[in-house]
Amino acid sequence: MNQMDSTNTPQSINKTTGRLSRPVVASRTRQNNFAQRTFFIFTLLPVLLILVVAIALFVRSWPILNAYPLYDLLFGKVWKPTNGQFGFLPFIAGTFWVTAVGILLAVPACLLVSIYLAEYAHARTRSIAKPILDLLAAIPPVVYGVWGLLAIVPFVDKVLAPLSDRWLDSVSIFSVNQPTGFGILAAGIVLAVMIAPLIIAVMYEIFSTVPNDLRHASLAVGATRLQTIRNIVLPQVAPGILAAIVLGASRALGETIAVLMVVGNIPQMPTSIFDSAYPLPALIANNYGEMMSIPLYDAALLSAALVLLVVILIFNILSMLVIQRMLRRKWV
Amino acid sequence: MDAHIQVKNLNVYYGKQQALKNVNIEIPKNQITVIMGPSGCGKTTLLKSLNRFLELTDGTQITGEVLVDGQNIYAHEVDVTEVRKVVGLLAQRPSPLPMSIYDNVVYGMNIHRMKKDRKEYKAAVRHYLEIAGLWDEVYKRLHDPATSLSIGQQQRLCLARGLAVEPEIILGDEPTSALDPISSQNIESRLIELKKQYTTVIVTHTLRQAKRLADYVIYMYLGEVIEAGSAREVFNNPQHERTRAYLEGQI
Repeated sequence: MNQMDSTNTPQSINKTTGRLSRPVVASRTRQNNFAQRTFFIFTLLPVLLILVVAIALFVRSWPILNAYPLYDLLFGKVWKPTNGQFGFLPFIAGTFWVTAVGILLAVPACLLVSIYLAEYAHARTRSIAKPILDLLAAIPPVVYGVWGLLAIVPFVDKVLAPLSDRWLDSVSIFSVNQPTGFGILAAGIVLAVMIAPLIIAVMYEIFSTVPNDLRHASLAVGATRLQTIRNIVLPQVAPGILAAIVLGASRALGETIAVLMVVGNIPQMPTSIFDSAYPLPALIANNYGEMMSIPLYDAALLSAALVLLVVILIFNILSMLVIQRMLRRKWV
Repeated sequence: MDAHIQVKNLNVYYGKQQALKNVNIEIPKNQITVIMGPSGCGKTTLLKSLNRFLELTDGTQITGEVLVDGQNIYAHEVDVTEVRKVVGLLAQRPSPLPMSIYDNVVYGMNIHRMKKDRKEYKAAVRHYLEIAGLWDEVYKRLHDPATSLSIGQQQRLCLARGLAVEPEIILGDEPTSALDPISSQNIESRLIELKKQYTTVIVTHTLRQAKRLADYVIYMYLGEVIEAGSAREVFNNPQHERTRAYLEGQI
């Protein structure tokens, strides 16, 4: 028995046949190691890219960060580069206004759609509806921008603004100060439609993480589907829903072309959803490469990009943390 | 026989595959009926036709009738939630709801608004936990999460949750297959105690359990009911060749 064991160890095979030292095997292994290292390097690239972008932005915006206190840049309300005034607050506020309106419009509808798809729809309905929703995500932003320009801006101008003017004028965030149709509401509507497919897809996945056993346990005592969703499913998925919203928000924060086509692009502090605004991505896209002779202009735009990058990174990290916490939760 | 459930010409298809072929059986009141047969023979399908759980699977087609107290539960005017209130199900794997022990028992009663105030709910929780033989083990920690219980305790909790909505019929889909021998025995003795008040239908794949529990036996093979009758007749003197083969361990 002992003898048999010892003949099976690699060393003894090596001694008796010499197979382990055959060069062909060694080169195969070398190939494998080389491939592994190559794959690793390419995996590392995106990580490095984020670092490189962040560092480059920081270096290029250093002149202005050095010249003005950070507080004045972030909370300054006046943007007059020719006078040397670089207040980012109107742009930061514009970004958040547009994103908030987009999220507020998108989330309730997305929740209903994903609940329907995950909890009610037949397999056949799902197999038709899901690809169509995914297709919506594939429409280029500029097309959404044109749609916003041709349909949403006039709709806001001719329908929503007069309605709000008549019924909601006393509420300041609904008051119509700039009746052009271009503004936060139009941008929010376009954004809502753009981020909906992503939010629905994520929410749907989250609903399907709830084990069917739980649904069946509830249905088995005579609960309706709606009672089961409200009492069992929704409490389970709440953190995931939050993560889906944050994910949608970080997509909305960075959306550029479709927003800048309908938002009005006026650097002011918005007070109403009918006001024009000027979000950070629109600022950068509209102005970078022009009027670069103004002192510190280049650095100012790049520090705007840096601010945007930081905000979006924070949002993404937040959503990742929420998703991780949710996945760590035990179901049964 | 005093039949509580009558199944008439029941056919079930999953897509194109036929899972039940023209099933006609009667299930006696206040006895334990055991459905047995090799895996894939349609035992669970037959069981889940009795509380309309089959329709939770997409692409299921059902023809025929299931009468509970003479009422066809598949009739158009019947509310499925009422069916499931009358016909309770004990699942194969214990499935405590993600809430406290107390809330699990209260869950169904709350859904049907069966009690008036907290006092009544408290009394009911105690009552049904006692019936399920769990009260002594949990009365000090009713507000702990149900998942903190052992798996055998969880199954008794699920029994209490099911009984709390005052069903007339208890279905058990291999309700002890996930449990250790002692917990299984515990559940079995509960079911035997309860059979005076409830019509019980159990699916099992263990012949010994069938012999311990059954008053009435349904033997199925490939989607058909081969033989049905009192436990004594079927076990001692099976009429059909296939039943005999199964009882002798050949299938």
